[in-house]
Amino acid sequence: MFTTLKRIARTGFVNFWRNSFLSFAAIVVITLSLTAFGALIFASAFGRSLLTEVKDKVDINVYFTLSAPENDIVSLQKDVNALAEVATTTYTSRDAALASFKEKWQDNALIMQGLDEVGDNPFPASISIKAKDPGNYGAIADFLKSRNPLDNSGAPIIEKINYEENKLIIDRLSRIIPTVEQAGAIVALVLILVAIIVVFNTIRLIVYTEKDEIAVMKLVGASNIYVRGPLVISGIMYGVFSGIITLVILAAFSYWSDAIILRLAGVDVAANFELVVNVLSNYFVRNFAQIFVIIMMAGIILGGLSSYLAARKYLKV
Amino acid sequence: MIYYDKVTKIYPDKSVALEDVTFGVEHDEFLTIVGHSGAGKSTLMKLLIAEDRPTRGSVFFESANIHKLDKKNMGKIRRRIGTIFQDYRLIPNKTVYENIAFAMEAAGRSDGEISADVPHVIELVNLGHKIWNFPGELSGGERQRVAIARAIVNQPDIVIADEPTGNLDPENTYEIVRILKKINELGTTVLLTTHNKGVVDALGGRVITMERGKVVKDSKDGKYVL
Repeated sequence: MFTTLKRIARTGFVNFWRNSFLSFAAIVVITLSLTAFGALIFASAFGRSLLTEVKDKVDINVYFTLSAPENDIVSLQKDVNALAEVATTTYTSRDAALASFKEKWQDNALIMQGLDEVGDNPFPASISIKAKDPGNYGAIADFLKSRNPLDNSGAPIIEKINYEENKLIIDRLSRIIPTVEQAGAIVALVLILVAIIVVFNTIRLIVYTEKDEIAVMKLVGASNIYVRGPLVISGIMYGVFSGIITLVILAAFSYWSDAIILRLAGVDVAANFELVVNVLSNYFVRNFAQIFVIIMMAGIILGGLSSYLAARKYLKV
Repeated sequence: MIYYDKVTKIYPDKSVALEDVTFGVEHDEFLTIVGHSGAGKSTLMKLLIAEDRPTRGSVFFESANIHKLDKKNMGKIRRRIGTIFQDYRLIPNKTVYENIAFAMEAAGRSDGEISADVPHVIELVNLGHKIWNFPGELSGGERQRVAIARAIVNQPDIVIADEPTGNLDPENTYEIVRILKKINELGTTVLLTTHNKGVVDALGGRVITMERGKVVKDSKDGKYVL
């Protein structure tokens, strides 16, 4: 058995080198398919990062009356935090809001003078709320309206919830994000299917050119494994070489992706999304082991399995 | 050893290649089958190595009905038959040595046997100087000698040669005939098809004459009667 495997492997290697033009053609086709596959992985990572950032930028703010007791606000924050839909909440006290304003406008004398003239702290306390999903903001806003506690004078402590102002963009994002994710998955599936068909047909053509030799091998008494084995080994080698080339292409693309994306998107647009910087190179480095296994396995399976299936037709001699 | 029992072969286009053909071949025999193109000679050979199936009738190798064998046993029978084709059918990306060694590998021979027997059989067909050449670098006669070497390297019980001299000049033709006769003298049954009268005259022995798919004469006088 070991001798048989050794001979099959040797013949597969030798055929790979001797049929160099066909091997080159197969490697080009598989590399293109794997690169498309890799581009999908990158696009998915980039898209996820972009969506996360956009989702992260959406929040609602609850502004309290100037007379709202801090204890009531903190108590309400605890209740909001307990909601399953809520990811995080951030409480900004009146003093913190004032300090933040002063820090921001410290160089603007006119504004600082106006603030002095007002005398008292005009800024209300607020809670910034981020939901786990943009679709949850409506429910959170409803909860706040229903729970609106009263202060000592019997007035509601919530002055304003800016949900209504952000409602339009929140609703749109809630609709667009799942659609984008589903469309991306469908495009990915179609591309993967096309890649598999193209690779399979290329290898089928290669095996077709060897159909006479396959017939001769069968007629001199070679078993199916002896005929098919070297073809599968050659197919696996197409996959291995294609996988290595694809990884180099992906590494190069992720390394230069910042410059490429900035050029494609326009510097101003890209600059507004700080996330663009090093997203792909960081993703590639962090997930290299996973990407390596996925690309190499995809190449090996595509090459090996295509050869195995393509040879089947010609073994019936 | 071989027995064609009422064999008929009709191709999908309704052409009748063989019609009710019955004859046997004994051990150590040298049988020449003659006939014009389309007489059914090549079909007889294809049926013997199960490259094709009969429409009716059976082909026996010893007691085995060839077309009822499973893949594994068919492989075993093919390894006991050395086949020489008119168009050589060498594997183009293998050297002379590798083409012949492949037949031994397929038969499960050890590396030691292969490295001992392949050079020996290459010398037997006078191709020692072309051992590492590829088929594309050989003449027609040299390619046919490689095909003969491949056919005999496993010391088969029978060698079948389908028009082996069809593409060769007279000098190479008689070289091939000489080698086939030598193989037969060493105890191997040989089944040869040809339409070359000179070859038949040179060989003598049993001659079956075919015409339009039928055996019209089976004689031991070595005469080409067409």
